[in-house]
Amino acid sequence: MSFDRTIIGVTIAVVLMACATFFIPDWVRQIGLLSMAIGSVALGLLVLWRTGLISFGHALFYGFSAYGVALLNHLGVRDAFVLVIVSAAASGLLAWGLGFLVRRYRAIFFALLTMAFSMILYGVLAKTERFGSTDGLNIHPPTFLGYAPVDQAAQITLFLFGLLVVYGLMLGVQIYLRSVLGQMTTAVRENEIRVEYLGYSVEHVIHIKYVISGLLAGFGGAIMALAVGQVDPESMAYWTASGEFVFVAILAGTGNVAAPFIGAVAFEIIRHFAWEHGANLWQLIMGGTLLAIIMFVPDGIWSVLQRLVRKKDGVK
Amino acid sequence: MKHRALRLAAVGVAAVLTTFGVAVGNAVAKDKMVIAVPTFLTGGGAPAFGIPARNGTELIIQAINKGQVPAPYNTKGIAGAQVEAIIYDESGGGAKQVTEYRNKVQKLGVDMFAGFVSSGTCAAVTAVAEELKTLTLYSTCGTPRVFEELDKNPKYVFRTMSHATADGVSLAHYVASKYGSANGYTGINQNYAWGQDSWRDFDLAMKVLAPKIKGSTKGQWPKIFAGRYGAEISALLKSPEDLVHTSFWGGDLEAFIFQGLARGLFKKKQFLMSVAGTAAYRLGKKLPTGIVLGSRGPYGIYANQLIDTPMVKWFNNAYVNRYGTQPTQPSYQYAQAILGAKFAYEKAAAANGGKWPSTDQVIAALEGATFQGVATEVRMARSNGHQGVTDHAWGVASFDKELGLPVVSDVMHFKGDCIMPPDGMDSVTWLKGGMKGAKCD
Repeated sequence: MSFDRTIIGVTIAVVLMACATFFIPDWVRQIGLLSMAIGSVALGLLVLWRTGLISFGHALFYGFSAYGVALLNHLGVRDAFVLVIVSAAASGLLAWGLGFLVRRYRAIFFALLTMAFSMILYGVLAKTERFGSTDGLNIHPPTFLGYAPVDQAAQITLFLFGLLVVYGLMLGVQIYLRSVLGQMTTAVRENEIRVEYLGYSVEHVIHIKYVISGLLAGFGGAIMALAVGQVDPESMAYWTASGEFVFVAILAGTGNVAAPFIGAVAFEIIRHFAWEHGANLWQLIMGGTLLAIIMFVPDGIWSVLQRLVRKKDGVK
Repeated sequence: MKHRALRLAAVGVAAVLTTFGVAVGNAVAKDKMVIAVPTFLTGGGAPAFGIPARNGTELIIQAINKGQVPAPYNTKGIAGAQVEAIIYDESGGGAKQVTEYRNKVQKLGVDMFAGFVSSGTCAAVTAVAEELKTLTLYSTCGTPRVFEELDKNPKYVFRTMSHATADGVSLAHYVASKYGSANGYTGINQNYAWGQDSWRDFDLAMKVLAPKIKGSTKGQWPKIFAGRYGAEISALLKSPEDLVHTSFWGGDLEAFIFQGLARGLFKKKQFLMSVAGTAAYRLGKKLPTGIVLGSRGPYGIYANQLIDTPMVKWFNNAYVNRYGTQPTQPSYQYAQAILGAKFAYEKAAAANGGKWPSTDQVIAALEGATFQGVATEVRMARSNGHQGVTDHAWGVASFDKELGLPVVSDVMHFKGDCIMPPDGMDSVTWLKGGMKGAKCD
């Protein structure tokens, strides 16, 4: 196994998507873009989840980065690469700072502490008139290394840009998960004391995870800000946003770095049609789906795909 | 092993493509007209705004299709086309609404939008409306920022009523003439864009119109959807000012009224409630007597009680018969926006030799025009003819036991040109500069 088959699979999928983007209708491309953003955050949750930690506050990094994009944009920065990288890095830095505190907590305490931090961000954003208060801020269309596409070309370029970012994130996480540090993941979940006796610092391992996770959520928020062209506290930093990420993570399963993105696509499609056909009922449909997933496919969509593939291999 | 990864990727991509592929065929047929109508169908904005707005929309569209609306709208359909409304949920925040807006245009191919309750949503979708070149009539959302800051050269976006500055200014006029001897005013407003803007406009207008009545700097700023106001009510009871301004709405307003009633707040203070019109019929007998109550214009209770035109009579009767309750402000405003659409399309079609007009022709027909809404005349007289100017009314609420309905008395009417900034002038600059150019007779 010299080549990682996940990396091969992901590469093929990304290339196919990149070709497909020229032929799909605009609204489908938009779903794709939103899925990339939400998928990146869910990927961040996956990194934590494998250690048994659930964050109910990833909207903190997501919103922080989205507002970073909006504010930089208002200062006149238009380049997508600069916007996304600077904002996501700022989120990573924020995660590093908060990490010193949250790394000491586990389970429900960890979940609630992260949520508390995200609600602080929400409060600050909603009350500050300079940040647009609850109305939020508009974002001018980005440029890409000097290239300034308009209309449909803008969306296609952004899609390809997003794909590039997401591809990088998946590769990065895959490499991390296969490294020694990444392998500690399960070890920490199973028995922290033994990990300490092996000579590793559990807090250190968790801190690194938290930073990676915050960074990923930051990338998600930045992509979302560019894809939608609008940031506001309710969509970006309220605890329901964090809830959606957890929803996607549950829907997807933690089996593979590609899973969060498949989960995100599924989530966006369900929401899309629920909103369209059940104006009053869309929340019920979303909730029902989640319930069904937890009851019937507790390991998420990825486990279903895996089972399908295994069955075929078995027949052979 | 490699094959497995390949196959897995293929299954994933195929699944995605099939789902999309199946869905593409759903686009709406083009032989009728489709209007997307966003309003709050779920969440805190639904009972007071979303549901009356939806009801008003359904009522007016059905009547338009049957040709039952009184003159000048007594022809069937809009420029001959039957109208279908796609009423959808406005909740979830600006970013989600931008996505929904895109979907309605790019997937369902709607002809236009009419609606939007929240300023936040309007601020969010303005840019995408211009980008997607889709005619959009804002019926209700109040923020002046839409044309003053976000979209200074609007082409596809219109608003068919006065913006929120008119609420603050007309209320200040009312206070100046009815409560000139008051010793001061304070406020309780939700700490978010609408609350902050409402207080700012009222406060600035009071400084111009009634400089003797001093504004407090210690207003109360509870969180939106806070729901519990014990501490704020105590602070208000202790404050020295006679008058209290509030732009509370929806569930917050009703919760505040119930909690305030229990402590005699509305007997001790004269309340100025800028959007309490939406709660009047819901509260009924529990509506505090003597509060100054606004409906963001001559809508809702003001139209139901005071306007005697065939149009309002028809609308009120049809609404009460169908829904068993009186129409409120959002019902009127949504119907007003849809009548604006009917007006613009038919004017454009007439200019186009009776053929279905292009969006550009409809825009040309509506820019700067004057049309009749349900309760008031709408003059598209600001922001290059994209911002409506409508009249306003204020009065004092009480409950009429014989009618079994809340009523307003001591009503004053204000002309749009008296309470809206002149064309090309920014609201805050206008207020701070002493409201020059206001035409009040």
